[in-house]
Amino acid sequence: MTLQHFFAMGGYAAYVWPAYAVFFIVLVVDTLAPRLRRRRVLRELRARIARQSARQARNAPSSTTPLA
Amino acid sequence: MANWIPLWLHRLSSPPTFYRFAGTLRPWAMALALLAGAIALYGGLVLAPADYQQGDAYRIIFIHVPSAWMSMFIYGVMGVSAFIALVWRIKLAEVVAMESAPIGAAFTLITLVTGSLWGKPMWGTWWTWDARLTSELVLLFLYLGVIGLYHAFEDRRQGARAAAFLAIIGIVNVPIVHFSVTWWNTLHQGSTISIFGHSKMSGAMLWPLLLMMLATKFYYIASLFRRVRTDLLALESGKDWVRQIAERESTP
Repeated sequence: MTLQHFFAMGGYAAYVWPAYAVFFIVLVVDTLAPRLRRRRVLRELRARIARQSARQARNAPSSTTPLA
Repeated sequence: MANWIPLWLHRLSSPPTFYRFAGTLRPWAMALALLAGAIALYGGLVLAPADYQQGDAYRIIFIHVPSAWMSMFIYGVMGVSAFIALVWRIKLAEVVAMESAPIGAAFTLITLVTGSLWGKPMWGTWWTWDARLTSELVLLFLYLGVIGLYHAFEDRRQGARAAAFLAIIGIVNVPIVHFSVTWWNTLHQGSTISIFGHSKMSGAMLWPLLLMMLATKFYYIASLFRRVRTDLLALESGKDWVRQIAERESTP
């Protein structure tokens, strides 16, 4: 069987290959989407931790002096 | 917690434990999926002979049928974990149910599109409103409904409970999809593969199909674990174990 014969798919190439393309594209998107989301979740979390520690550092000296 | 649930299962359902467990298993599941998938593709596209009636067009079966099986299997997993989530309020079950929905929707979409691409040369039409095709389309809408409802709530856990309820109601559609070819007179062909009886398919065509089914199962495990891990990080972002991971991964 030649490669050309293989790609021709007995005249059904226009149906077989798009079907396989859809299969792979959908699954690749399904794999990549959570990867991007994970990166975003961790980035946001790090930003929040940084904000919190900055606030704590700011408040630390004033908290040593009693308010009343 | 009920006594009949083994202790290890109870421990595994704790988010940090499951996060580690899923992280260890996920690469193996993905490797097995890729390996089995590659062999199945070679067997289906190259080794298997052309069909005596459908020629080479039948080769769409090697992705169409495993995807269709997955669309129903994932709905079953989603329905069962939605039930566990509603009854026992286990956070992990909620996450598994909600993160199964996008994967199930992906496989349902693949099933519909590849079926359409197969229907055009064989039946002469892209789409027909017969029982099998319509019930599979309803399955896609159920998945999309679960995803939409989950994201419609400000509070994620409240959204998960509402969506879990919809997932449980929608489970009646799964047997309808499966038996639609027997209950109604449809254009779609009947089952070729039978678990208990004799399969009406030659071995050279059967093994790539079954291997692809195995590959899609492993893919589901890998994809689900990745999604569940991400979701657990987001849900438990106030907890210490998540902060440690965030700090550890800040300097790659």
